[in-house]
Amino acid sequence: MNKSPNKKPKLVPYPSNSFVTERDLDKPPVLETVHLGIDFGGLNAVDDFSILVGRTEISGLIGPNGAGKTTVFNLLTNVYQPTRGNIMLDGYSTAGKTVAQVNKMGIARTFQNIRLFSNMSVIENVMVGLHNRMPGESLLSSITHLFGFSKAEKEAREMAIDLLSFFNMQDLASANAGSLPYGAQRRLEIVRALATNPKILLLDEPAAGMNPSETHELMENILRIRDTYNIAIMLIEHDMNLVMNICEGICVLDHGKVIAKGTPDDIRNDPKVIEAYLGKKR
Amino acid sequence: MTFLATLVNGLSLGSIYALIALGYTMVYGIAKMLNFAHGDIIMIGAFSIFTCITSLKLPAILAILIAIVLCTILGITIEFLAYRPLRKAPPLAVLITAIGVSYFLQNIVLLINKLSNKTTFVFPTNILPDISLKIGSGDNAIIINGNTIFTFIVTAVIMVALTLFINKTKMGKAMRAVSEDKETAELMGISANRTITVTFAIGSALAAVAGLFYGGTVISFNHTLGSMPGIKAFVAAVFGGIGSIPGAMLGGIILGIIEKMAEQYISTSLANAVVFGMLILVLTFKPTGLLGKKINEKV
Repeated sequence: MNKSPNKKPKLVPYPSNSFVTERDLDKPPVLETVHLGIDFGGLNAVDDFSILVGRTEISGLIGPNGAGKTTVFNLLTNVYQPTRGNIMLDGYSTAGKTVAQVNKMGIARTFQNIRLFSNMSVIENVMVGLHNRMPGESLLSSITHLFGFSKAEKEAREMAIDLLSFFNMQDLASANAGSLPYGAQRRLEIVRALATNPKILLLDEPAAGMNPSETHELMENILRIRDTYNIAIMLIEHDMNLVMNICEGICVLDHGKVIAKGTPDDIRNDPKVIEAYLGKKR
Repeated sequence: MTFLATLVNGLSLGSIYALIALGYTMVYGIAKMLNFAHGDIIMIGAFSIFTCITSLKLPAILAILIAIVLCTILGITIEFLAYRPLRKAPPLAVLITAIGVSYFLQNIVLLINKLSNKTTFVFPTNILPDISLKIGSGDNAIIINGNTIFTFIVTAVIMVALTLFINKTKMGKAMRAVSEDKETAELMGISANRTITVTFAIGSALAAVAGLFYGGTVISFNHTLGSMPGIKAFVAAVFGGIGSIPGAMLGGIILGIIEKMAEQYISTSLANAVVFGMLILVLTFKPTGLLGKKINEKV
């Protein structure tokens, strides 16, 4: 690995109330949210959520349980429609788009509770992710390919194997996704999300349930994904060791509101963050 | 050789049920709704074949193709106009709508039929090539007629093709993904609406084919032609495990055989009671059907 996880880039102010790494300063941000908010009944689940994510940035979204982190992911992928504010993905607003269209615009995610297609094989899960990158959209062409040799199908298989080999999972291709060990299921979810060719990858608690050595491997893998595919990665995580080691920018949520933004060092020493996690000093 | 003849008749009827049950089970598997108007698409298919051949004097193959295209368009239209606006509505609302669509289709056809002062029609019997197969000789011989042979062959071919389609094509994989977890499939860039449209198109095209064979079986028919096979195919789909494609095939064929056996060995008038009694038995002892999967409650 050429980039050490411990070498911290400098964050510089971006022409809005946000920061971006020096590396990404001259490129348009991949994701920008402006005063994003959603209410569930009378509850402000997320309020005034404004962040900016650079092209190749690894950013962390942290906060106590119930802070609204997963709600933010659901807003970013349009699973929830925001009550207020706007999301700009790669320069385009996602308002009024379907979940599938927003995915095509360049966002993909994994889930806190693994949600693989567990009745399908490993390779089929990846091929579902490849859906929009393969020709042969129409029903008619599917039928004409039915009995013949389908080139598109073969290409999709090759691409899927390629993606699986990124995590050294190519030998598991024909196994049933639901029967994989836990760690492999987590990796497969990431491969499936990568298959949709995202510009930003959202990982919801990727290290949940992993032991320290698995977590270390995951950290290396996250950096490898960023460096290979040149995409941004945003992760929700409770494992502070992971967050502080690989995230370049961190955003802290509490009760649906952003209470701090900055580098890991800024966040570690921020009194508001310490208060949110540990309670007020008496 | 009554038993063998009954078995063949049962297989033939069961194949028709299987064709219809495939439509039920695919729509249920992917859109998670029971399309009770499915049976009436069979009726529309039968009427369109009847009209094309009897009134318009078109060749049989053209009549069948027109019926398939018409039913496919009808299925897509019903989904778009009646079910799509209810995508987020409670299941009961969708169910009631489906029953409404069913009566709507029946009454539209009845209304058109009343214009010609005719309510009962005779299905043309000369559509399929007049071939028959004789098995055995002398008193033991059983004769299998063309309708039975074609029903069986066509259904077998469709089932193989559909299984390949679901397992080997991109759209098939998308359908399985939507069936398993609609929201995740959408997050992976698959349009659930589009997948549901394709499902309705396939189900309705199969219903048109079923209309051809069912019409050829009952001969005399009216606007309620689709009700009984529709309900029995629903029973077949539940019997085999609703949502499961092999289950629908198996359930359809078993149900057809049970019905014919009951007609032969118990009583013609009790055959339906036996069929629906089977449903009660299956639901009591194996609520998910023969090949149905156990439903895991999401936490």
